[in-house]
Amino acid sequence: MSSVTPTVGVLLSRVRVEEKLLLEELDKRHIPTRTIDDRELVLDVETKPDLGVDVVLERCIQHSRALYALSVLNTWGVPTVNTFEVADVCGNKLLTTMRLIRDGVPTPRTRIAFTPESAIQAIEELGYPAVLKPLVGSWGRLISKVNDRDAAETILEHKDVLGTYMHSIYYVQEYVPKPGRDIRAFVVGDETIGAIYRSSDHWITNTARGGKATRCPVTPDLNDLCVRAARSVGGGVVAVDVLEGPEGPLVNEVNYTMEFRNSIDTTGVNIPAKVVDFVLEVAARKADQEAS
Amino acid sequence: MPKCPECDADVTVGADAVKGEIVACPDCGAELEVTETAPPSLALAPEAEEDWGE
Repeated sequence: MSSVTPTVGVLLSRVRVEEKLLLEELDKRHIPTRTIDDRELVLDVETKPDLGVDVVLERCIQHSRALYALSVLNTWGVPTVNTFEVADVCGNKLLTTMRLIRDGVPTPRTRIAFTPESAIQAIEELGYPAVLKPLVGSWGRLISKVNDRDAAETILEHKDVLGTYMHSIYYVQEYVPKPGRDIRAFVVGDETIGAIYRSSDHWITNTARGGKATRCPVTPDLNDLCVRAARSVGGGVVAVDVLEGPEGPLVNEVNYTMEFRNSIDTTGVNIPAKVVDFVLEVAARKADQEAS
Repeated sequence: MPKCPECDADVTVGADAVKGEIVACPDCGAELEVTETAPPSLALAPEAEEDWGE
């Protein structure tokens, strides 16, 4: 494998704790690094982008910017972590669900519908309570637990009237009764490097919504499930959300620009170092391909 | 010391701050983006949009 130190581009929108830790890790190893602010980026789509880097670590806060930048970069053969494919699949809950189903990874029962009327039917097929989610979105925002028909009709009317067209693609999931927590597992390449429980009295357990992080042991079964989920969406550096359902674990979502600020001390794993290792591997693989 | 563009309070920007980093105004709590580091300057950080996240 190539031993030349690559120049790493970090594509970002704002420097959060995660980006700062990644930049510090790159600096500590004396890896040449360029930060690329997505607000200033102009990509000439007709020629290979000359960003002066060998590999791009994508850390945009905005899914749409990440998606389209990665599309251009990958089409022109610029290696990225993660890839356009992973961003495309993980950024859309239905595309994620379809990959998981295709690959036999257990996931909550899901329905998709395109009108409020058919969405009611979808909800009632799954039974109350059900969960309505926007196809694109994060941090537990705009996720609704629908407890009865009155609530369903109200939420669907609001989404139909007030939302953009994307809010009229109704993604409905069964509500999975979980033990006051879910699992967030971090996968890098073919390994689950660590995991946390996210506990909350609220049914939404995202740490962005107040969920408390504690260490979750990575058992062989959890590792296997999460690596399968990661491969299913295209592989790379992802965070897999797992629900502990009554009949076994279910993969709920896979996140491709994972946040990990609450998880380094909790897991005892140097997550930024693992991410940087993987970025260097991707760059080395590309360099080897080009040399052969 | 840079001022908060929202409430004009003095805001301390750490020596290790980098361009693009987000700091909170100690007085009004506004999220501020470090737009320059030498000397430090601040602007109101963009509001979260629908496709923001992980």
